[in-house]
Amino acid sequence: MSGFLGVLRRDLRLSFSGGGEVLTLVLFFIIVGAIVPFAIGPDRALLASIAPGIIWIAAFLAMLLGLDRLFRPDRDDGTLALYRMADMSMAGVVAAKVIAHWLTAALPLILASPFLAMILAMDGPTFWRTVLSLLLGTPALAAFGAFGAAITVAIRRGGLLAPILIAPLCVPVLIFGVGAIAPLGGPDQASSAMLFLAALSLMSLALSPFAAALAIDWGEE
Amino acid sequence: MIALGEHAEFIFAAYAGVFVGLGLLIGWIVYDSRRVRARLETLGDKRG
Amino acid sequence: MSIDDTPKMSWWNRLAHPGQFLAWTRPLIWPLAGVTTALYLLGLWFAFFNSPADYQMGDTVRIMYVHVPTAWLSQFVYAAMAVSALGTLVWRHPLADVSMKAAAPLGAAFTAMALFTGSMWGRPTWGTFWEWDGRMTSTLILLFIYLGIVALWRAFDDQLRAARVVAVFTLVGAVNVPIIKFSVDWWSTLHQPASVFRADGPTMPGSLLTPLFVMFFAFTLLFVTLQLLAMHTEIRRRRLVTLERRAARGDTL
Repeated sequence: MSGFLGVLRRDLRLSFSGGGEVLTLVLFFIIVGAIVPFAIGPDRALLASIAPGIIWIAAFLAMLLGLDRLFRPDRDDGTLALYRMADMSMAGVVAAKVIAHWLTAALPLILASPFLAMILAMDGPTFWRTVLSLLLGTPALAAFGAFGAAITVAIRRGGLLAPILIAPLCVPVLIFGVGAIAPLGGPDQASSAMLFLAALSLMSLALSPFAAALAIDWGEE
Repeated sequence: MIALGEHAEFIFAAYAGVFVGLGLLIGWIVYDSRRVRARLETLGDKRG
Repeated sequence: MSIDDTPKMSWWNRLAHPGQFLAWTRPLIWPLAGVTTALYLLGLWFAFFNSPADYQMGDTVRIMYVHVPTAWLSQFVYAAMAVSALGTLVWRHPLADVSMKAAAPLGAAFTAMALFTGSMWGRPTWGTFWEWDGRMTSTLILLFIYLGIVALWRAFDDQLRAARVVAVFTLVGAVNVPIIKFSVDWWSTLHQPASVFRADGPTMPGSLLTPLFVMFFAFTLLFVTLQLLAMHTEIRRRRLVTLERRAARGDTL
Protein backbone atom coordinates (compact mmCIF):
# COMPACT_ATOMS: atom_id res chain seq x y z
CA MET A 1 0.00 0.00 0.00
CA SER A 2 2.83 2.40 0.79
CA GLY A 3 4.40 1.59 -2.55
CA PHE A 4 1.10 2.35 -4.27
CA LEU A 5 0.85 5.74 -2.53
CA GLY A 6 4.52 6.38 -3.30
CA VAL A 7 4.02 5.87 -7.05
CA LEU A 8 0.90 8.02 -6.94
CA ARG A 9 2.63 10.83 -5.07
CA ARG A 10 5.66 10.71 -7.34
CA ASP A 11 3.56 10.95 -10.51
CA LEU A 12 1.44 13.78 -9.15
CA ARG A 13 4.49 15.72 -8.05
CA LEU A 14 6.22 15.24 -11.39
CA SER A 15 3.29 16.39 -13.49
CA PHE A 16 2.42 19.40 -11.33
CA SER A 17 5.97 20.63 -11.00
CA GLY A 18 7.35 19.65 -14.38
CA GLY A 19 6.90 22.62 -16.69
CA GLY A 20 3.13 23.06 -16.54
CA GLU A 21 2.12 20.05 -18.63
CA VAL A 22 -1.27 20.04 -16.92
CA LEU A 23 -1.93 23.60 -18.00
CA THR A 24 -0.90 22.80 -21.59
CA LEU A 25 -3.40 19.96 -21.68
CA VAL A 26 -6.20 22.18 -20.32
CA LEU A 27 -5.29 24.82 -22.88
CA PHE A 28 -5.46 22.22 -25.66
CA PHE A 29 -8.89 21.10 -24.44
CA ILE A 30 -10.23 24.67 -24.41
CA ILE A 31 -8.73 25.57 -27.79
CA VAL A 32 -10.18 22.48 -29.48
CA GLY A 33 -13.61 23.36 -28.06
CA ALA A 34 -13.28 27.02 -28.97
CA ILE A 35 -12.15 26.37 -32.52
CA VAL A 36 -15.28 24.44 -33.48
CA PRO A 37 -17.53 27.54 -33.79
CA PHE A 38 -15.12 28.94 -36.36
CA ALA A 39 -15.64 25.86 -38.51
CA ILE A 40 -19.37 25.57 -37.94
CA GLY A 41 -20.53 29.16 -37.54
CA PRO A 42 -21.72 31.11 -34.52
CA ASP A 43 -25.29 29.77 -34.64
CA ARG A 44 -26.16 29.45 -30.93
CA ALA A 45 -28.94 26.91 -31.36
CA LEU A 46 -26.75 24.62 -33.49
CA LEU A 47 -23.79 25.00 -31.12
CA ALA A 48 -25.94 24.23 -28.10
CA SER A 49 -27.19 21.04 -29.73
CA ILE A 50 -23.72 19.73 -30.54
CA ALA A 51 -21.92 21.11 -27.47
CA PRO A 52 -21.93 17.81 -25.49
CA GLY A 53 -20.29 16.06 -28.42
CA ILE A 54 -17.70 18.81 -28.81
CA ILE A 55 -16.76 18.73 -25.13
CA TRP A 56 -16.44 14.94 -25.20
CA ILE A 57 -14.31 14.97 -28.35
CA ALA A 58 -12.08 17.70 -26.90
CA ALA A 59 -11.62 15.73 -23.67
CA PHE A 60 -11.00 12.52 -25.65
CA LEU A 61 -8.30 14.16 -27.80
CA ALA A 62 -6.67 15.89 -24.82
CA MET A 63 -6.47 12.61 -22.91
CA LEU A 64 -5.03 10.74 -25.92
CA LEU A 65 -2.46 13.51 -26.31
CA GLY A 66 -1.25 13.04 -22.75
CA LEU A 67 -0.69 9.30 -23.11
CA ASP A 68 2.92 9.36 -24.16
CA ARG A 69 4.12 10.80 -20.87
CA LEU A 70 2.48 7.98 -18.89
CA PHE A 71 5.23 5.34 -19.13
CA ARG A 72 7.82 6.65 -21.58
CA PRO A 73 9.70 9.06 -19.25
CA ASP A 74 9.80 6.27 -16.65
CA ARG A 75 11.21 3.87 -19.19
CA ASP A 76 13.78 6.36 -20.46
CA ASP A 77 15.19 7.15 -17.01
CA GLY A 78 15.08 3.54 -15.82
CA THR A 79 12.30 3.90 -13.26
CA LEU A 80 10.19 1.33 -15.07
CA ALA A 81 12.94 -1.28 -14.73
CA LEU A 82 13.10 -0.51 -11.01
CA TYR A 83 9.33 -0.89 -10.70
CA ARG A 84 9.58 -4.29 -12.32
CA MET A 85 12.19 -5.38 -9.79
CA ALA A 86 10.23 -4.05 -6.81
CA ASP A 87 8.27 -6.55 -4.72
CA MET A 88 5.11 -4.61 -5.54
CA SER A 89 3.20 -6.09 -8.46
CA MET A 90 3.31 -4.25 -11.78
CA ALA A 91 -0.49 -4.12 -11.80
CA GLY A 92 -0.40 -2.08 -8.61
CA VAL A 93 2.05 0.37 -10.18
CA VAL A 94 -0.16 0.69 -13.25
CA ALA A 95 -3.26 1.22 -11.08
CA ALA A 96 -1.50 4.04 -9.22
CA LYS A 97 -0.44 5.57 -12.53
CA VAL A 98 -3.99 5.34 -13.92
CA ILE A 99 -5.28 7.25 -10.90
CA ALA A 100 -2.50 9.82 -11.23
CA HIS A 101 -3.25 10.13 -14.95
CA TRP A 102 -6.92 10.73 -14.22
CA LEU A 103 -6.13 13.33 -11.56
CA THR A 104 -3.72 15.23 -13.83
CA ALA A 105 -5.27 14.75 -17.28
CA ALA A 106 -9.01 14.38 -16.69
CA LEU A 107 -9.95 16.27 -13.54
CA PRO A 108 -8.43 19.58 -14.78
CA LEU A 109 -10.43 19.22 -18.00
CA ILE A 110 -13.65 18.73 -16.06
CA LEU A 111 -12.82 21.79 -13.95
CA ALA A 112 -12.27 23.76 -17.16
CA SER A 113 -15.43 22.54 -18.85
CA PRO A 114 -17.70 25.37 -17.49
CA PHE A 115 -15.81 27.78 -19.71
CA LEU A 116 -16.47 25.66 -22.82
CA ALA A 117 -20.09 25.16 -21.77
CA MET A 118 -20.50 28.92 -21.57
CA ILE A 119 -19.00 29.79 -24.95
CA LEU A 120 -20.87 26.89 -26.60
CA ALA A 121 -24.21 28.20 -25.27
CA MET A 122 -25.06 25.17 -23.13
CA ASP A 123 -27.97 25.45 -20.73
CA GLY A 124 -27.69 24.69 -17.01
CA PRO A 125 -29.18 21.17 -16.75
CA THR A 126 -27.25 19.96 -19.81
CA PHE A 127 -24.06 21.34 -18.33
CA TRP A 128 -24.53 19.41 -15.08
CA ARG A 129 -25.25 16.23 -16.99
CA THR A 130 -22.08 16.83 -19.00
CA VAL A 131 -20.00 17.18 -15.85
CA LEU A 132 -21.55 14.04 -14.43
CA SER A 133 -20.96 12.01 -17.62
CA LEU A 134 -17.36 13.26 -17.84
CA LEU A 135 -16.80 12.27 -14.21
CA LEU A 136 -18.18 8.82 -14.89
CA GLY A 137 -16.60 8.30 -18.32
CA THR A 138 -13.08 9.72 -18.08
CA PRO A 139 -11.86 6.95 -15.72
CA ALA A 140 -12.53 4.49 -18.55
CA LEU A 141 -10.59 6.72 -20.96
CA ALA A 142 -7.71 6.88 -18.47
CA ALA A 143 -7.74 3.10 -18.04
CA PHE A 144 -7.82 2.36 -21.78
CA GLY A 145 -5.20 5.04 -22.31
CA ALA A 146 -2.87 3.47 -19.77
CA PHE A 147 -3.30 0.15 -21.55
CA GLY A 148 -2.46 1.74 -24.91
CA ALA A 149 0.59 3.46 -23.45
CA ALA A 150 1.75 0.18 -21.90
CA ILE A 151 1.39 -1.65 -25.23
CA THR A 152 3.52 0.87 -27.07
CA VAL A 153 6.08 1.70 -24.39
CA ALA A 154 8.63 -0.77 -25.76
CA ILE A 155 8.46 0.79 -29.23
CA ARG A 156 10.85 3.65 -29.74
CA ARG A 157 8.63 5.52 -32.17
CA GLY A 158 5.33 4.48 -30.65
CA GLY A 159 3.99 7.94 -29.87
CA LEU A 160 1.23 8.05 -32.47
CA LEU A 161 0.47 4.35 -32.32
CA ALA A 162 -1.20 4.36 -28.89
CA PRO A 163 -4.03 6.75 -29.88
CA ILE A 164 -4.64 4.75 -33.07
CA LEU A 165 -4.89 1.49 -31.13
CA ILE A 166 -7.01 2.88 -28.33
CA ALA A 167 -9.47 5.11 -30.20
CA PRO A 168 -11.55 2.19 -31.62
CA LEU A 169 -11.73 0.60 -28.17
CA CYS A 170 -12.99 3.88 -26.71
CA VAL A 171 -15.99 4.12 -29.04
CA PRO A 172 -18.41 2.73 -26.41
CA VAL A 173 -17.20 5.32 -23.90
CA LEU A 174 -17.93 8.13 -26.36
CA ILE A 175 -21.30 6.67 -27.32
CA PHE A 176 -22.53 6.28 -23.77
CA GLY A 177 -20.82 9.48 -22.62
CA VAL A 178 -22.65 11.62 -25.14
CA GLY A 179 -25.78 9.46 -24.90
CA ALA A 180 -25.94 10.21 -21.19
CA ILE A 181 -26.06 13.94 -21.88
CA ALA A 182 -28.24 14.48 -24.92
CA PRO A 183 -31.38 12.47 -24.32
CA LEU A 184 -32.28 11.72 -27.94
CA GLY A 185 -34.28 8.72 -26.80
CA GLY A 186 -35.75 10.48 -23.79
CA PRO A 187 -34.60 10.61 -20.16
CA ASP A 188 -34.88 6.84 -19.74
CA GLN A 189 -32.26 6.23 -22.41
CA ALA A 190 -30.00 8.89 -20.90
CA SER A 191 -30.04 7.34 -17.46
CA SER A 192 -29.42 3.85 -18.83
CA ALA A 193 -26.49 5.31 -20.81
CA MET A 194 -25.19 6.77 -17.54
CA LEU A 195 -25.34 3.31 -15.96
CA PHE A 196 -23.57 1.69 -18.92
CA LEU A 197 -20.92 4.38 -18.70
CA ALA A 198 -20.35 3.69 -15.01
CA ALA A 199 -20.19 -0.06 -15.70
CA LEU A 200 -17.62 0.51 -18.47
CA SER A 201 -15.49 2.65 -16.19
CA LEU A 202 -15.57 0.16 -13.34
CA MET A 203 -14.79 -2.77 -15.61
CA SER A 204 -11.95 -1.08 -17.46
CA LEU A 205 -10.47 0.28 -14.22
CA ALA A 206 -10.53 -3.20 -12.70
CA LEU A 207 -9.09 -5.04 -15.72
CA SER A 208 -6.75 -2.64 -17.50
CA PRO A 209 -4.01 -2.55 -14.82
CA PHE A 210 -3.57 -6.32 -15.23
CA ALA A 211 -3.57 -6.18 -19.02
CA ALA A 212 -1.20 -3.21 -19.02
CA ALA A 213 1.14 -4.90 -16.53
CA LEU A 214 1.16 -8.02 -18.70
CA ALA A 215 2.04 -5.94 -21.77
CA ILE A 216 4.84 -4.11 -19.95
CA ASP A 217 6.32 -7.29 -18.47
CA TRP A 218 6.32 -9.13 -21.78
CA GLY A 219 7.30 -6.16 -23.87
CA GLU A 220 10.38 -5.51 -21.75
CA GLU A 221 11.58 -9.08 -21.38
CA MET B 1 -25.54 -14.64 -68.49
CA ILE B 2 -28.91 -13.73 -67.11
CA ALA B 3 -30.17 -10.17 -67.01
CA LEU B 4 -29.34 -8.59 -63.70
CA GLY B 5 -32.15 -6.06 -63.57
CA GLU B 6 -31.90 -2.38 -62.80
CA HIS B 7 -29.03 -2.61 -60.32
CA ALA B 8 -26.63 -4.57 -62.49
CA GLU B 9 -23.80 -2.06 -62.12
CA PHE B 10 -23.76 -2.41 -58.33
CA ILE B 11 -23.81 -6.20 -58.47
CA PHE B 12 -21.04 -6.14 -61.03
CA ALA B 13 -19.02 -3.61 -59.01
CA ALA B 14 -19.36 -5.69 -55.84
CA TYR B 15 -18.10 -8.86 -57.53
CA ALA B 16 -15.37 -7.03 -59.44
CA GLY B 17 -14.20 -5.28 -56.29
CA VAL B 18 -14.09 -8.47 -54.27
CA PHE B 19 -12.24 -10.43 -56.94
CA VAL B 20 -9.75 -7.65 -57.61
CA GLY B 21 -9.21 -7.46 -53.84
CA LEU B 22 -8.76 -11.22 -53.59
CA GLY B 23 -6.38 -11.13 -56.55
CA LEU B 24 -4.26 -8.46 -54.91
CA LEU B 25 -4.28 -10.37 -51.61
CA ILE B 26 -3.27 -13.67 -53.25
CA GLY B 27 -0.70 -11.89 -55.39
CA TRP B 28 0.88 -10.19 -52.41
CA ILE B 29 1.05 -13.38 -50.35
CA VAL B 30 2.51 -15.42 -53.22
CA TYR B 31 4.99 -12.64 -54.05
CA ASP B 32 6.06 -12.41 -50.40
CA SER B 33 6.50 -16.20 -50.25
CA ARG B 34 8.57 -16.29 -53.44
CA ARG B 35 10.76 -13.42 -52.31
CA VAL B 36 11.54 -14.95 -48.92
CA ARG B 37 12.28 -18.34 -50.48
CA ALA B 38 14.58 -16.79 -53.07
CA ARG B 39 16.53 -14.96 -50.39
CA LEU B 40 16.77 -18.14 -48.34
CA GLU B 41 18.17 -19.93 -51.36
CA THR B 42 20.85 -17.32 -51.96
CA LEU B 43 21.92 -17.80 -48.36
CA GLY B 44 22.27 -21.50 -49.10
CA ASP B 45 19.56 -22.86 -46.83
CA LYS B 46 18.81 -26.45 -47.73
CA ARG B 47 15.56 -26.95 -45.85
CA GLY B 48 13.45 -24.86 -48.23
CA MET C 1 10.01 -58.84 -26.99
CA SER C 2 11.47 -55.41 -26.69
CA ILE C 3 9.37 -52.49 -25.72
CA ASP C 4 9.86 -49.32 -27.66
CA ASP C 5 10.15 -46.68 -25.01
CA THR C 6 11.60 -43.83 -27.02
CA PRO C 7 9.42 -40.79 -26.45
CA LYS C 8 6.98 -40.32 -29.31
CA MET C 9 6.14 -36.86 -30.45
CA SER C 10 2.43 -36.21 -30.10
CA TRP C 11 0.73 -34.44 -32.99
CA TRP C 12 0.64 -31.34 -30.80
CA ASN C 13 4.40 -31.32 -30.29
CA ARG C 14 4.97 -32.14 -33.89
CA LEU C 15 2.85 -29.14 -34.87
CA ALA C 16 4.77 -27.01 -32.40
CA HIS C 17 7.98 -27.51 -34.31
CA PRO C 18 8.06 -25.02 -37.18
CA GLY C 19 10.11 -27.24 -39.46
CA GLN C 20 7.79 -30.20 -38.89
CA PHE C 21 4.81 -27.96 -39.47
CA LEU C 22 6.28 -26.85 -42.79
CA ALA C 23 6.91 -30.41 -43.88
CA TRP C 24 3.47 -31.56 -42.80
CA THR C 25 1.35 -28.83 -44.29
CA ARG C 26 3.27 -28.00 -47.45
CA PRO C 27 1.63 -30.79 -49.48
CA LEU C 28 -1.78 -29.40 -48.48
CA ILE C 29 -1.40 -26.08 -50.27
CA TRP C 30 -1.96 -27.15 -53.87
CA PRO C 31 -4.97 -29.43 -53.20
CA LEU C 32 -6.51 -26.72 -51.07
CA ALA C 33 -5.95 -24.15 -53.79
CA GLY C 34 -7.54 -26.50 -56.33
CA VAL C 35 -10.64 -27.17 -54.24
CA THR C 36 -10.99 -23.46 -53.50
CA THR C 37 -10.84 -22.55 -57.18
CA ALA C 38 -13.41 -25.21 -58.03
CA LEU C 39 -15.72 -23.95 -55.30
CA TYR C 40 -15.39 -20.38 -56.54
CA LEU C 41 -16.26 -21.39 -60.09
CA LEU C 42 -19.23 -23.43 -58.87
CA GLY C 43 -20.31 -20.58 -56.60
CA LEU C 44 -20.12 -18.02 -59.39
CA TRP C 45 -22.10 -20.29 -61.68
CA PHE C 46 -24.80 -20.70 -59.05
CA ALA C 47 -24.77 -17.00 -58.21
CA PHE C 48 -25.27 -15.77 -61.75
CA PHE C 49 -26.86 -18.59 -63.75
CA ASN C 50 -28.62 -20.94 -61.41
CA SER C 51 -30.37 -18.93 -58.74
CA PRO C 52 -33.52 -16.81 -58.88
CA ALA C 53 -33.83 -13.19 -57.87
CA ASP C 54 -35.20 -12.63 -54.41
CA TYR C 55 -38.87 -11.62 -54.37
CA GLN C 56 -38.06 -8.70 -52.09
CA MET C 57 -34.48 -7.68 -52.81
CA GLY C 58 -34.55 -8.53 -56.50
CA ASP C 59 -31.22 -9.19 -58.14
CA THR C 60 -29.26 -7.33 -55.48
CA VAL C 61 -29.55 -10.50 -53.40
CA ARG C 62 -26.65 -11.76 -55.54
CA ILE C 63 -24.36 -9.32 -53.72
CA MET C 64 -25.12 -11.30 -50.55
CA TYR C 65 -23.20 -14.28 -51.97
CA VAL C 66 -19.95 -12.32 -51.62
CA HIS C 67 -21.03 -10.11 -48.76
CA VAL C 68 -22.11 -12.71 -46.20
CA PRO C 69 -18.94 -14.87 -46.52
CA THR C 70 -16.60 -11.87 -46.19
CA ALA C 71 -18.59 -10.54 -43.24
CA TRP C 72 -18.39 -13.98 -41.61
CA LEU C 73 -14.66 -14.13 -42.24
CA SER C 74 -14.13 -10.67 -40.75
CA GLN C 75 -15.29 -12.11 -37.42
CA PHE C 76 -13.96 -15.64 -37.84
CA VAL C 77 -10.42 -14.40 -38.55
CA TYR C 78 -10.54 -12.31 -35.40
CA ALA C 79 -11.67 -15.36 -33.43
CA ALA C 80 -8.77 -17.34 -34.96
CA MET C 81 -6.40 -14.55 -33.97
CA ALA C 82 -7.76 -14.49 -30.41
CA VAL C 83 -7.29 -18.27 -30.08
CA SER C 84 -3.74 -17.91 -31.41
CA ALA C 85 -3.16 -15.10 -28.91
CA LEU C 86 -4.21 -17.46 -26.13
CA GLY C 87 -1.78 -20.00 -27.57
CA THR C 88 0.99 -17.42 -27.40
CA LEU C 89 0.24 -16.28 -23.86
CA VAL C 90 -0.82 -19.50 -22.16
CA TRP C 91 1.02 -22.31 -23.94
CA ARG C 92 3.78 -20.25 -25.54
CA HIS C 93 3.16 -22.27 -28.67
CA PRO C 94 5.75 -21.09 -31.20
CA LEU C 95 3.35 -21.42 -34.12
CA ALA C 96 0.67 -19.33 -32.42
CA ASP C 97 2.82 -16.20 -32.95
CA VAL C 98 3.20 -17.05 -36.60
CA SER C 99 -0.50 -17.74 -37.07
CA MET C 100 -1.46 -14.49 -35.33
CA LYS C 101 0.84 -12.48 -37.54
CA ALA C 102 -0.31 -14.16 -40.74
CA ALA C 103 -4.01 -13.70 -39.95
CA ALA C 104 -4.01 -9.94 -39.24
CA PRO C 105 -3.67 -8.61 -42.81
CA LEU C 106 -6.03 -11.32 -44.10
CA GLY C 107 -8.67 -10.27 -41.58
CA ALA C 108 -8.22 -6.63 -42.49
CA ALA C 109 -8.64 -7.45 -46.20
CA PHE C 110 -11.81 -9.51 -45.67
CA THR C 111 -13.28 -6.83 -43.41
CA ALA C 112 -12.60 -4.18 -46.04
CA MET C 113 -14.31 -6.39 -48.65
CA ALA C 114 -17.31 -6.89 -46.37
CA LEU C 115 -17.64 -3.13 -46.01
CA PHE C 116 -17.25 -2.59 -49.74
CA THR C 117 -19.85 -5.17 -50.74
CA GLY C 118 -22.12 -3.91 -47.97
CA SER C 119 -22.04 -0.42 -49.39
CA MET C 120 -22.57 -1.74 -52.94
CA TRP C 121 -25.67 -3.48 -51.60
CA GLY C 122 -26.71 -0.45 -49.57
CA ARG C 123 -26.75 1.96 -52.50
CA PRO C 124 -29.63 0.31 -54.37
CA THR C 125 -31.38 -0.83 -51.18
CA TRP C 126 -31.04 2.13 -48.83
CA GLY C 127 -30.20 4.74 -51.47
CA THR C 128 -26.84 5.54 -49.89
CA PHE C 129 -23.37 4.03 -49.95
CA TRP C 130 -22.94 4.48 -46.24
CA GLU C 131 -25.54 4.18 -43.54
CA TRP C 132 -24.63 4.55 -39.86
CA ASP C 133 -26.35 1.30 -39.11
CA GLY C 134 -25.16 -0.90 -36.25
CA ARG C 135 -23.76 -3.67 -38.41
CA MET C 136 -21.74 -1.47 -40.79
CA THR C 137 -20.47 0.78 -38.03
CA SER C 138 -19.17 -2.03 -35.88
CA THR C 139 -17.55 -3.64 -38.93
CA LEU C 140 -15.79 -0.34 -39.61
CA ILE C 141 -14.48 -0.25 -36.05
CA LEU C 142 -13.35 -3.85 -36.41
CA LEU C 143 -11.40 -2.80 -39.52
CA PHE C 144 -9.70 -0.07 -37.47
CA ILE C 145 -8.75 -2.64 -34.83
CA TYR C 146 -7.29 -4.96 -37.50
CA LEU C 147 -5.28 -2.11 -39.02
CA GLY C 148 -4.06 -1.12 -35.55
CA ILE C 149 -2.85 -4.68 -34.98
CA VAL C 150 -1.03 -4.71 -38.34
CA ALA C 151 0.58 -1.37 -37.44
CA LEU C 152 1.60 -2.74 -34.03
CA TRP C 153 3.27 -5.77 -35.63
CA ARG C 154 5.21 -3.55 -37.98
CA ALA C 155 6.36 -1.18 -35.23
CA PHE C 156 8.39 -3.84 -33.40
CA ASP C 157 11.82 -4.96 -34.54
CA ASP C 158 11.94 -8.01 -32.30
CA GLN C 159 9.14 -10.31 -33.46
CA LEU C 160 9.10 -12.52 -30.37
CA ARG C 161 8.51 -9.56 -28.13
CA ALA C 162 5.96 -8.17 -30.60
CA ALA C 163 4.01 -11.43 -30.51
CA ARG C 164 3.38 -11.26 -26.79
CA VAL C 165 2.40 -7.59 -26.79
CA VAL C 166 0.12 -8.05 -29.82
CA ALA C 167 -1.42 -11.08 -28.12
CA VAL C 168 -2.37 -8.99 -25.09
CA PHE C 169 -3.89 -6.35 -27.35
CA THR C 170 -5.75 -8.93 -29.44
CA LEU C 171 -7.34 -10.45 -26.34
CA VAL C 172 -8.32 -7.06 -24.93
CA GLY C 173 -9.82 -6.30 -28.35
CA ALA C 174 -11.68 -9.61 -28.27
CA VAL C 175 -13.23 -8.65 -24.93
CA ASN C 176 -14.09 -5.24 -26.33
CA VAL C 177 -15.62 -6.22 -29.65
CA PRO C 178 -18.93 -7.43 -28.12
CA ILE C 179 -19.10 -4.26 -26.01
CA ILE C 180 -18.50 -2.13 -29.09
CA LYS C 181 -21.15 -4.08 -30.98
CA PHE C 182 -23.65 -3.60 -28.17
CA SER C 183 -22.93 0.11 -27.78
CA VAL C 184 -23.12 0.77 -31.52
CA ASP C 185 -26.42 -1.09 -31.79
CA TRP C 186 -27.78 0.93 -28.87
CA TRP C 187 -26.57 4.14 -30.51
CA SER C 188 -27.90 3.44 -33.99
CA THR C 189 -31.38 2.43 -32.83
CA LEU C 190 -31.43 5.64 -30.81
CA HIS C 191 -30.66 7.83 -33.80
CA GLN C 192 -32.77 6.13 -36.43
CA PRO C 193 -36.33 5.13 -36.88
CA ALA C 194 -36.73 1.37 -37.05
CA SER C 195 -37.56 1.48 -40.75
CA VAL C 196 -34.08 0.42 -41.82
CA PHE C 197 -34.16 -2.78 -43.74
CA ARG C 198 -32.61 -5.64 -41.83
CA ALA C 199 -30.39 -7.93 -43.87
CA ASP C 200 -31.31 -11.02 -41.90
CA GLY C 201 -35.00 -10.19 -41.76
CA PRO C 202 -36.61 -12.36 -44.40
CA THR C 203 -35.68 -16.00 -44.28
CA MET C 204 -34.12 -17.15 -47.51
CA PRO C 205 -35.56 -19.95 -49.59
CA GLY C 206 -33.32 -22.91 -50.42
CA SER C 207 -32.57 -21.84 -53.97
CA LEU C 208 -30.78 -18.81 -52.57
CA LEU C 209 -29.03 -20.78 -49.85
CA THR C 210 -27.15 -23.08 -52.23
CA PRO C 211 -24.93 -20.36 -53.79
CA LEU C 212 -24.52 -18.81 -50.38
CA PHE C 213 -23.18 -22.04 -48.90
CA VAL C 214 -20.88 -22.75 -51.83
CA MET C 215 -19.44 -19.25 -51.67
CA PHE C 216 -19.18 -19.50 -47.89
CA PHE C 217 -17.00 -22.61 -48.15
CA ALA C 218 -15.01 -21.13 -51.02
CA PHE C 219 -14.12 -18.03 -49.00
CA THR C 220 -13.38 -19.99 -45.84
CA LEU C 221 -11.11 -22.44 -47.69
CA LEU C 222 -9.41 -19.53 -49.40
CA PHE C 223 -8.67 -18.08 -45.98
CA VAL C 224 -7.29 -21.43 -44.78
CA THR C 225 -5.06 -21.71 -47.87
CA LEU C 226 -3.74 -18.16 -47.63
CA GLN C 227 -3.25 -18.48 -43.90
CA LEU C 228 -1.14 -21.64 -44.36
CA LEU C 229 0.91 -20.01 -47.11
CA ALA C 230 1.44 -16.83 -45.10
CA MET C 231 2.46 -18.91 -42.07
CA HIS C 232 5.01 -20.80 -44.17
CA THR C 233 6.40 -17.49 -45.40
CA GLU C 234 6.61 -16.15 -41.85
CA ILE C 235 8.44 -19.28 -40.63
CA ARG C 236 10.90 -18.97 -43.51
CA ARG C 237 11.31 -15.25 -42.87
CA ARG C 238 12.32 -15.92 -39.27
CA ARG C 239 14.84 -18.49 -40.43
CA LEU C 240 16.09 -15.94 -42.95
CA VAL C 241 16.58 -13.31 -40.24
CA THR C 242 18.58 -15.80 -38.15
CA LEU C 243 20.70 -16.80 -41.13
CA GLU C 244 21.32 -13.20 -42.14
CA ARG C 245 22.37 -12.34 -38.61
CA ARG C 246 24.74 -15.29 -38.57
CA ALA C 247 26.14 -14.29 -41.94
CA ALA C 248 26.60 -10.73 -40.73
CA ARG C 249 28.61 -12.02 -37.79
CA GLY C 250 30.85 -13.82 -40.24
CA ASP C 251 30.06 -17.36 -39.09
CA THR C 252 30.23 -20.16 -41.58
CA LEU C 253 26.78 -21.35 -42.50
